[in-house]
Amino acid sequence: MDLLAHLPALQVVVPMLSAPLIVLLQPRGLAWAGATAVAVLSFAIAVALSIAVLDGQTIEYAMGGWPAPYGIALSVDAFSALVLLVITGAAAAALLGAKPSIDQQIEVERHPLFYSAWLLVLSGLVGIVVSADAFNIFVFMEISSLASYILIAGGPDRRALPAVFKYLMMGTIGATFYLIGVGLIYMMTGTLNLADMEARIGDVTDINPILVAAGFITIGLALKAAVFPLHVWVPNAYTHAPHMVTVFLAACATKVALYVLIRFDYMVFQATLDAHEIQFAIFMMPLAILGILIASAVAMFEGHLKRLLASSSIAQIGYILLGVSFVSMAGLSASAMHIFNHALAKGGLFLAVACLAYQYRDLRLDQLGGASTRMPWTCAAFVVCGLSLIGVPGTAGFISKWMLINAALETGPWGWGLVAIILVSSLMAVVYIWRIVEALYFQAPVEGEAPLSEAPVQLLLITGLVAVLNIYFGLFPQVPLELANSAAALLLEGSR
Amino acid sequence: MNFLELLGYFNYWVFAIILTVGLYAVINKTNLIKKLIGLSIFQSAVFLMYITMDKVEGGTAPIIQKGVEDQIFSNPLPQVLILTAIVVGVSTLSLGLAMVVRISECYGTIEENEILDAD
Amino acid sequence: MTPETAILVAIGIPLLGALAIALAGRISPNLREAATAITSLSLIWVVWGLLPILMDGGRPSVEVSQVMPGLTIAFTVEPLGMLFAALASGLWLINSIYSVGYMRGNKEQNQTRFFACFALALSATIGVAFAGNLFTLFLFYELLTLSTYPLVAHKGDAATVRSARIYLGVLLSTSIGLFLPAIIWTYTVAGTGDFTTGGILAGKLNDPEIGLLLGLFVFGVGKAAVMPVHKWLPAAMVAPTPVSALLHAVAVVKAGVFTITKIIVYIFGIDFLFEASSSQWLLYAAAFTIITASLVALRQTNIKRLLAYSTIAQLSYVVMAAAILKPLAEVGAAIHMVAHAFGKITLFFAAGAIYIASKKTEIHQLRGIGRRMPWTMAAFTIGALSMIGVPPTGGFVSKWYILAGAFEANNLVAVFTIIASTVLNAAYFLPILYMVWFEREKEGGKEHGEAPFLAVLALCLTALLTLAFFLFNGPVIELESQVVQGLG
Repeated sequence: MDLLAHLPALQVVVPMLSAPLIVLLQPRGLAWAGATAVAVLSFAIAVALSIAVLDGQTIEYAMGGWPAPYGIALSVDAFSALVLLVITGAAAAALLGAKPSIDQQIEVERHPLFYSAWLLVLSGLVGIVVSADAFNIFVFMEISSLASYILIAGGPDRRALPAVFKYLMMGTIGATFYLIGVGLIYMMTGTLNLADMEARIGDVTDINPILVAAGFITIGLALKAAVFPLHVWVPNAYTHAPHMVTVFLAACATKVALYVLIRFDYMVFQATLDAHEIQFAIFMMPLAILGILIASAVAMFEGHLKRLLASSSIAQIGYILLGVSFVSMAGLSASAMHIFNHALAKGGLFLAVACLAYQYRDLRLDQLGGASTRMPWTCAAFVVCGLSLIGVPGTAGFISKWMLINAALETGPWGWGLVAIILVSSLMAVVYIWRIVEALYFQAPVEGEAPLSEAPVQLLLITGLVAVLNIYFGLFPQVPLELANSAAALLLEGSR
Repeated sequence: MNFLELLGYFNYWVFAIILTVGLYAVINKTNLIKKLIGLSIFQSAVFLMYITMDKVEGGTAPIIQKGVEDQIFSNPLPQVLILTAIVVGVSTLSLGLAMVVRISECYGTIEENEILDAD
Repeated sequence: MTPETAILVAIGIPLLGALAIALAGRISPNLREAATAITSLSLIWVVWGLLPILMDGGRPSVEVSQVMPGLTIAFTVEPLGMLFAALASGLWLINSIYSVGYMRGNKEQNQTRFFACFALALSATIGVAFAGNLFTLFLFYELLTLSTYPLVAHKGDAATVRSARIYLGVLLSTSIGLFLPAIIWTYTVAGTGDFTTGGILAGKLNDPEIGLLLGLFVFGVGKAAVMPVHKWLPAAMVAPTPVSALLHAVAVVKAGVFTITKIIVYIFGIDFLFEASSSQWLLYAAAFTIITASLVALRQTNIKRLLAYSTIAQLSYVVMAAAILKPLAEVGAAIHMVAHAFGKITLFFAAGAIYIASKKTEIHQLRGIGRRMPWTMAAFTIGALSMIGVPPTGGFVSKWYILAGAFEANNLVAVFTIIASTVLNAAYFLPILYMVWFEREKEGGKEHGEAPFLAVLALCLTALLTLAFFLFNGPVIELESQVVQGLG
């Protein structure tokens, strides 16, 4: 077997095994370098995997040579490759720029542990994505969640602690719900392998436990994915986490739960349960729409920069869910695309926030006056990523909105109503992004602040790079688009 | 469904009751330690469910013995799974307790409403 | 340079220019101004270099990227866009000369940001002009809105930011809320958004829907300022005068009417639209805007706001001319874009020059100012006469063509509107001219002379252009006649 065949395993194993090694590295300054190297390597693996599955094929991997469904199986297809790119890309980009910000926020003695937890989050998240086994998904989910609680609580802000506690409670309940669902399915089918489950559910005579399982799994994962109205843990957790942690988690953490949700509903239940797609749509679409509208409205009146962006994340999850709830090729590829594009936009925004936070202690909007003259590059990057979030043409965000609107139109007469909702929420995004822009560009500086300068070059370069990528993928979206399209095709094929 | 059949699902009834008791504590208690206790009860319910479903009537522990043929075993897989889940549960609990310690250091209280008032 | 690369270069030059200006601004203001001058000169060289090809009937086009199947970023140069690009790039040079005088004369803050954003706005304008399909046009249309926002909000005080918010709010919400759905609808119905001679919608839509789609387009293109989406234009007058002059008399507003004209000609097709009874309302909406805006202009006391409302009225001339749906009128629409651009930029330059020299912004303060600023006010007079449509100014030519088109279509509403608005234009410009030249200045006023030389030079140049366009408009008409060749 050549190296390529082992890539799915390496994707998980490399960060997981390096995590404890990072703790041992001496001197402590090396921890950052080590973690970054691992994250970049993971990204390289993800890129290699994406290239391998670009034509729509699926890479199967049997751990230890035990074939599925007896052994532990990993599988990578176009959809997982897309999400892998997002996770590893976010982890690598955030780490590459992270050093100045982390140095400022976390004392040096704890750096090895912090970076080790970071790699554990990374390996947990990629583990969820490559796993083809329902129980392993649970284990990886808990690895990533536990490690991310540590990351969020690692900062100097004491308000992070109650926020993490709430996250821990809700996250654990979500994971346990998921576990109940998996248990019920196992009880009826005797398998944990996702593909096997799909094959065997059809033979189950008493379908009721499966229906209950579908409910538990959907609710549990919706909790983890911060689907409205199960999102209450998000704003505080994102607001008080160390800034670079927010970059990483906001870009990918909730989307991974959403990925599992989509996998389960499309690959396992869609083909086997009667009228599942209708129930799914009826259940999810109102939640998605309410989430989009209410969270955007909350963001419009929010006064704290990070909390505002966190609210907007909840609305964006709604977009992804909306596309999924169409149960159509166009809708699914729009959602897959939005997973990618929103990670770019929101990751970039939070990177710019990290730059601002390096100089500004207080991130409330009315404290940010004069930022544009002191930190012109940061503000420019913020504006570009903000435009992408709004969905202005020429940026990545536009692509997925356009796809989503087209998918909505395909749904029939209701389509125009959905289009109206998408457009109204885009205008709401204009309002909340522009409140920030006005604060950055036209507000008088707060008296008594020391003269400020730009953020450190390292952080700034990464922020600028992500901003440029937002434009690049707005003009040349072919690669993620191809992945998203074959992902949608695979998911729908699975449901037939 | 007659009474005996209902009794036949005894373990599942207990599972459901423990699950709700745990969930109730998580939602309704303001003391963070009590919340964690609730969370543990909640998770234990799931362990019970897994263990129940692997039981085969008349089955013993799945150990192959010399000379004993056509022995009936209980299904070992859920037990292994639940072993893992217990480890996960313990880690969650210990991390939660560590958070409570930090909260207590920073806020001087572990009552949720008092913490909310403090900020 | 092949014509295809020339298109891309034309869009790239101001972009690079913006970068160069931003960098040069850190070193010295003179270097920055040199960067602006070099950028605008090279832009003219590239854009005007395309003219001979267009005259020979060439239609260079280039595709940059296929964003999604059916959705491409592509550019095609056709006569309407060529005219618009040539106009914008040419006037940018003159406006840059004027800007230097104005910004230095007023000692404005953040001049580097100003000039850099100006270059960015020009890049977007050229992009709008050369766009080969609706999607590309929309992309640059939004870029134009965004790049002009910092220019409008330039002063940065609370009142300015509030006005800039109106500016951005109206333009973005109409474009996202109406223009984008219209584009999506078009793509869904026609399967393409390419600008095609004769239109792409013929036979694909039926009557009430045609009117609805047209409505989405007309009000979605907020830059055309057809009432009731005109509020942003008076709000934008808080910007420094060079911005009002080039952007809110030429580039931005013309991008609006240009877009509408292009959509009528190349998306709907004028014959198709002429047959559809549900498209009639556009003519009335434009006529209503012309009359109402002129009436509002009568009541204005601030010079720039008066000019803004006059612009709203003049823009609807173009829309109305396009809505007459006859070849002659379409040519008239194109010519009026040019004629109005020359006249209105002169008027704005003059208003700015008055402000630099005397800080006067209100009309009643202008008594007798003609004696202090003879050059400026002479140019102002020429501009005003062109707005009314008096020969020998450019405004006469375009009105002639629009009237001819109206008679050809037997459209008495249009004829009546043109006559009525001419009277109204005269009613608000002539009293000012009388006041400027023949009334006596109030005692105790500030002593002042002409504005800085660069500003006066620029406004004299545009005044000359206004006069010259009356005589030398042949090439323009010849070029624009290609648009409607074989139609009607």
